[in-house]
Amino acid sequence: MKIKNIIITFVSAIALLLSTSVVSFAKVVGDKIVLGAAISLTGKYSSNGVHTQNGYNMAVDRINSMGGVKVGGKTYKFDIIYYDDESNPKRAAQLAERLISQDKVEFMLGPYSSGLTKAIAPVTEKYGVPMVEANGASRSLFTKGYKYLFAVLAPANLYLDVAIETAVELNGGKGVRIAQAFEQDAFSQDVRLGILDAAERTGSKIIIDDKLPKELNDMAATLAKVKAVKPDVLVVSGHTKGALTAIRQIAEMKVDVPMLAMTHCDAAKLSKQHGKNSQYALCASQWHKTLTYKDKWFKDGMTYDADFTKEFGYAPPYQAAESSAALLVFKDAFERANSFDQKKVRDALAATDMQTFYGNIKFAPGGQNVSKPMVLFQVICDSSGKCENKVVAPLKWASAKLIHPMPKWSER
Amino acid sequence: MDGILLGILFALIAYGMALQWGVMNIINIAQGDLVILGGYIAYFMYLYGIHPAWGVIVSPIVMYFVGIGIYKLVINKVVDRDLFISILATFGISILFMQLMNFAFGADVVLANSGYGTTMLFDNSVTLPNSKIFAAVISIVFAIGLVVYMKKSKLGRAIRATAQNARAAKILGVDTEKVYAATFGINAALCGVAGALISITFTIHPYMGLPYTIRSFMIVIVAGLGNLPGVALSGMGLGVFEEFADYILGTEFRIGSVFLLLVLILVYRRFKLSKKREYLK
Repeated sequence: MKIKNIIITFVSAIALLLSTSVVSFAKVVGDKIVLGAAISLTGKYSSNGVHTQNGYNMAVDRINSMGGVKVGGKTYKFDIIYYDDESNPKRAAQLAERLISQDKVEFMLGPYSSGLTKAIAPVTEKYGVPMVEANGASRSLFTKGYKYLFAVLAPANLYLDVAIETAVELNGGKGVRIAQAFEQDAFSQDVRLGILDAAERTGSKIIIDDKLPKELNDMAATLAKVKAVKPDVLVVSGHTKGALTAIRQIAEMKVDVPMLAMTHCDAAKLSKQHGKNSQYALCASQWHKTLTYKDKWFKDGMTYDADFTKEFGYAPPYQAAESSAALLVFKDAFERANSFDQKKVRDALAATDMQTFYGNIKFAPGGQNVSKPMVLFQVICDSSGKCENKVVAPLKWASAKLIHPMPKWSER
Repeated sequence: MDGILLGILFALIAYGMALQWGVMNIINIAQGDLVILGGYIAYFMYLYGIHPAWGVIVSPIVMYFVGIGIYKLVINKVVDRDLFISILATFGISILFMQLMNFAFGADVVLANSGYGTTMLFDNSVTLPNSKIFAAVISIVFAIGLVVYMKKSKLGRAIRATAQNARAAKILGVDTEKVYAATFGINAALCGVAGALISITFTIHPYMGLPYTIRSFMIVIVAGLGNLPGVALSGMGLGVFEEFADYILGTEFRIGSVFLLLVLILVYRRFKLSKKREYLK
């Protein structure tokens, strides 16, 4: 009996091994360039994981239908192998390993979130696989000296310093008093570091500096402090939950601050879930459809927005837009390298300097995109209660004028 | 004030846990997930244009049957077993619920807006969100209702009898199987109420159940088993302590300080107990 079991296990192991080796394919098969991606299709990042995947797919279809990628006089089409990383960093690292060593993928696209990108980056680095990622903004990704990691998005520490600078500017160049509350995770803490830098640069003072535990969905105590000390700017970053909780409790407690700056407003669908209560909130965003960047494939933000909505049935959040941009970067790099040699493609990626509908892309030595500023939009509602996000800063891209200071609750 | 209102809500969840623990000797790790599921029921009512406050009525009814279902499928197999096995089983249910909710409702953080305003006291220096007051009042109503029900009704008496001595109750003609199922159902219903209230006052998300389990577990431990008024008091006490710790020490110490308090209470208890033990010697 025992021997029979062992034989069965052995045979099935070999069968499994054979079956995987039959499926595995090399980087470029026929006229296809195969990219690999581990994406959160289930688990807590699944909504944003799906945005990421839709963004990738949108760009693949578009590039393929517009002539594909030309390398060495031949035309290639993009193809992506996806695996579900279950929003789990360990699983993401395993899948990256699998994509590279079993599926023989030689070029990778990033996962969703800084945490998962952090888990995958050491693997792609070890194998020298170039990875263009669109959803990991944590500063620590770009200080480790990774050579094969490229991010099309602005790093986390730049998310909200535009807000501080705007506040200082409106204050006649004098420093402002800042209250801040950040969740204790890598991303939000990076945003916090950015604020600390901006405060130092502008001579502003931080008067409340709260760290929100991950499991917390109550910030009444922080807001009570804010009411007591009356800062000029209140900064909150705690992913979707933080944004929703902040708006709800600010409205409930009638906290009056001249400026409220946040992250993750569009992911939280603030204006939809909170309606008028979210009015005047300032939100950091990587991209907004009204920005006037242009490219050949998607034309501009408005067209991208319309095409994406037609294809997937919802308006693209910036997570989708930046994911699409990642493929444009890859296409550009392949064509300039004119080769599928990983080193050459890496060097071509490092030399990227292009404009896409999503923004300008040029990588710093650390791999982060330094030529695309963050934008701030403000939630503005009309009298019927319909709310919209309007870009208000930086001034170059503004489509509406910033309303500052926020009207007091008693006057709304 | 926020602390008291928050504490009352937590006490309601802890009530259910204490009941179950006392009667069935089961520590339900899935408690928080039942709460979140209850919250989703209210949220969906809100989505379909029904005021989420009705959730406090609909949600417990639905959750009662969900509770009975879970009991019939899983819990009745572990109820007389080791505590460890029931923890494992409910932990499994917890994971299953999390994934199912994530699959069914998506991973977005959602909330239901009650549209209740804010009550201002002392010239605007104290603001009380009406939704929190509503949550506290409803929690108290349900808690009192439960106590009365346990004292007066036939099932309530049967439940108490089973809690005291299941075997004796069985011999005296109490259908303990039925009592267990009802207890689990009542607990789930309480979670449903709490969940509906949480979707009105805070936010809900498929993975946010565990903090509620831990919190209610803590409240029950501090209060001691079978001590229902104690549960209410310790719930409020912890709520107030939490808000104060947050205000004075800073938010990052909020949860840490609560756990520190828990450790202190347990040490103090042990100390007291060991004194008694010496006496016995």
